Amino acid sequence: MKVIVVGAGIVGTACAEALTREGIEVVVVDRLPVGAGTTSRGEGNILLSDKAPGAEMALAQLSRRTWLEVGDLVGRESIELEEKGGVVVATTHQGLGSLISFADRQRAAGVMALEVEDPLVLEPHLSPSLPGAMHYPEDMQVQPVLAASRMLVLAQQRGAQFRCGLEVAGALTDTNGAVSGIRTTSGEVIEADAVVNAAGTWGGVVGERLGGPIPVLPRRGFVLVTEPLPPMVRHKVYTADYVENVESSGEGLETSCVVEGTHGGTVLIGASRERVGFDTSLRVDVVETLARQAIAIFPFLADVNLLRVYRGFRPYCPDHLPVIGPDPRAPGVLHACGHEGAGIGLATGTGRLITDYLTGARKSEPGAEFAALLPDRFVGAESASESASESVAEQVPAL
Amino acid sequence: MTTPDLTPSGADHDVVVIGAGPAGMACVATLLAETSLTVGLVDAGHGAGGQYWRQPAPVPTPHPGEPAPRRAGLHHDLATFHRLRDALDRGAASGRLATRFAHHVWSVTANDPGPVAEGGFAVHVVDRSGRPGDESTSTITGRALVIATGAFDRALPFPGWDLPGVMTVGGLQALLKAGDVAAGRRVAIGGTGPFLLPVAAALAARGSTVVGVFEANHPVRWLRESRAVARNVGKLGEGAGYAATLLRHRVPLRPRRMIVAAHGTDRVEAVSVARVGRDGRPVEGSAERHTVDAVGVGWGFTPQLDIAVTLGLRLTRDRGGTPVVEVDRLHRSSRPRVYAAGETCGVGGAALALVEGRLAARGVAHDLTGADPASHPAPGPDGVAAVRLGAFADAIISAHPVPVGWVDALTDETIVCRCEEVRFGAVRAAIEAGATDARQVKQLTRTGMGWCQGRVCGYAAALLSAGAPGEPDERLIGAPMPLGALAQTDDQHDAM
Amino acid sequence: MSEFDTSFDFDGRRVPFRPGQTLGAALVAAGTTAWRTTRLEGRPRGLFCGIGVCFDCLLTVDGHANQRACLVVARDGMTALTQEGTGHDDT
Repeated sequence: MKVIVVGAGIVGTACAEALTREGIEVVVVDRLPVGAGTTSRGEGNILLSDKAPGAEMALAQLSRRTWLEVGDLVGRESIELEEKGGVVVATTHQGLGSLISFADRQRAAGVMALEVEDPLVLEPHLSPSLPGAMHYPEDMQVQPVLAASRMLVLAQQRGAQFRCGLEVAGALTDTNGAVSGIRTTSGEVIEADAVVNAAGTWGGVVGERLGGPIPVLPRRGFVLVTEPLPPMVRHKVYTADYVENVESSGEGLETSCVVEGTHGGTVLIGASRERVGFDTSLRVDVVETLARQAIAIFPFLADVNLLRVYRGFRPYCPDHLPVIGPDPRAPGVLHACGHEGAGIGLATGTGRLITDYLTGARKSEPGAEFAALLPDRFVGAESASESASESVAEQVPAL
Repeated sequence: MTTPDLTPSGADHDVVVIGAGPAGMACVATLLAETSLTVGLVDAGHGAGGQYWRQPAPVPTPHPGEPAPRRAGLHHDLATFHRLRDALDRGAASGRLATRFAHHVWSVTANDPGPVAEGGFAVHVVDRSGRPGDESTSTITGRALVIATGAFDRALPFPGWDLPGVMTVGGLQALLKAGDVAAGRRVAIGGTGPFLLPVAAALAARGSTVVGVFEANHPVRWLRESRAVARNVGKLGEGAGYAATLLRHRVPLRPRRMIVAAHGTDRVEAVSVARVGRDGRPVEGSAERHTVDAVGVGWGFTPQLDIAVTLGLRLTRDRGGTPVVEVDRLHRSSRPRVYAAGETCGVGGAALALVEGRLAARGVAHDLTGADPASHPAPGPDGVAAVRLGAFADAIISAHPVPVGWVDALTDETIVCRCEEVRFGAVRAAIEAGATDARQVKQLTRTGMGWCQGRVCGYAAALLSAGAPGEPDERLIGAPMPLGALAQTDDQHDAM
Repeated sequence: MSEFDTSFDFDGRRVPFRPGQTLGAALVAAGTTAWRTTRLEGRPRGLFCGIGVCFDCLLTVDGHANQRACLVVARDGMTALTQEGTGHDDT
């Protein structure tokens, strides 16, 4: 079997790694080098703590296990994979109450969630005035571009090809109407038995061109990067309202603070969420709000310098779930996109699912595990998908 | 921050000029002289002048009897500086000009056009005029924006360039101009370009022994550009003046040589200098060693484009392939009401920057005073001068390319990224693994991720990975600041 | 000893400066070329670009880490310290 993976971001490279592990022939195509899109704008979250029980949680758990396997294959150090754990802090007593009941539901799904008596024991530099926190030892962190690059190299060592500088123009179809490859904008034809749409924020456009439109839209985010510091923040620390904001569909700005240290010593402060299309301009009030929120959790940050802000466009679907699996409208096309802000964490599980669907190890049928993530949910809702791909196609900048 | 007399649009000023070097000063002086527009002038320095006319920080209470700084021969065309500074002082006294020195611009954003106002720009600044720890942030708004942020020295890595005592030539010059300090007693100057000469001359005049000016190219190359050179006899005279100073102090001018290593343990003690062959590579076995206690290197300049890139201005390339802001004859950028002047539109020296500053002022005046925006007023004598000086700048750039052989001096142990201490071996490995531009090298090796955000190593990383200067990095934060200073910014957004 | 009567304290020693000079200029004039060690390899660093671009000349001034010696104007009685690594305590 030969598979084309469109997109060399974290999801595309994870698919290439998983597929080649099963001996499948793979060609990865991308307009840009490995990890140059939203992958390079992420914090590297591999989280269970922010997921509610359901298909996405199950995928997060599968991904966590698969990330550890990948880490063992390429060397954890080489991709800065760290089992650092997450700490979710409540900023109000009421917030603590909802945090505790949310954790109860997660525990029922098999997540390790520990109530923390004294948050300062876990994070000595936290503000002492926070009412409480929950500790999630299973949360992990990875350096996304290194991880994408290493997974791609591993796939290449197993025979995969990487074709950089190619953009998909459309699908080739056989006499039965099934997709049998792609045409690129430069006129090249690449034949294959299946095509995986792992184009991230551009997945809506690629889906459309392959005959399987899906409503993937950009959701802008800014991340603040500080000067390098000694290890002051040990876990991935965020406020409980983060969970609420991720699931919100508001068009306006939402910020809820995520603070974490990195291997390089910098502290990352995220994450704003705005639906503004591909607008690349900086919003100063967003940066100021994130700074204020971070200082409220970690007061020492007031004296720490901000060196950099980066901006990314998360690929999101209206129901905030990724689209993973075969498209019934375009046989031979599988989608693997729309992971919103969780694409790094969910990438390896996505690669696993795609591989299982292709080898027949998993059936894409209603009621099956992960059926909620299938593209079937958008079939018949053509009006929604049309407007989505229209607005995405309007402007597709290289990041 | 509020200004009592707001312009009709509600902005603080009609025009905000960023940068108080020759281009910015000339622009402001022209706006004050030829229009009735109000102007805000922002600069990171402690006073006007920029790098070219860099001065010591102003002293509030001069000490009587204090020895006068030895400034003779350091500055060129000080009369022009004094004339412009006086014009700025008069503008400030009349209330039409507000200056903010020691203010670092960290971002510029476009204001949304309101129901009445016409939009304009918000310049976000960090005030560093106080003591460390007293930084604060604020915003200055204007209907139009002039970017005159200049350029900084372009450096290339070589073994030992991270030793204390090795500096950029601009750094040596800044020490002399602002501090009256010679960085060393025995100094080697290397790199390429006419800027090496005044720095060597100033050091020699200040009593340092300059062991050599090691110019990688050859002055003979100028002759190929004879037309541009012939029309700029004045600029040649300037160069001849430095040459005479060098001759008087017996400073050897050594063409076709490059510094290939600096030696020492905790500071520079010596340099190795090699002959540069016709192929642009250091000739094997040609290295000579000089004992020194300071080194200055410079490979031309990189225009400071952070604001231009953030605002999405259209860029073009100069003759050496360096990205610069694309402007028309009145220095309008691709974005309405944004202008660029001086080195941001192409490195061309102070004389050209002065002309461009005046032209930008006329562009602003034309656009803000209700003239038909489609009409192009004649640029006049300044327009003619800009073409002539621009041709000379092109000739200089063409005559001073970076020789391809700079890479030959690198070893796997040579530091490429000074901030994150990334060595050439790691960069080479990333390139061999498929990195095709500086951004990929950064993501894979941390080259350019540190304090300077790639301003120093970005050019080298681009040459190594892509063979040419790349697209300029997008830096949404143009100057670092404490998060606490940012968090205090006015409270109007607290509702969010 | 000095022609100036203004000075700041650097690592416990008095460094004279001419009013208007930066800390970096005064240190170089006093024969000091390095006042920082890098955070990974502990290598000495001092002025490089001299105009605020490269951040190589960082030191701690009056308790505030990561100040650029080439930009901070010296003031009488200031206290400057060699900065090691990030300039922040590793606690």
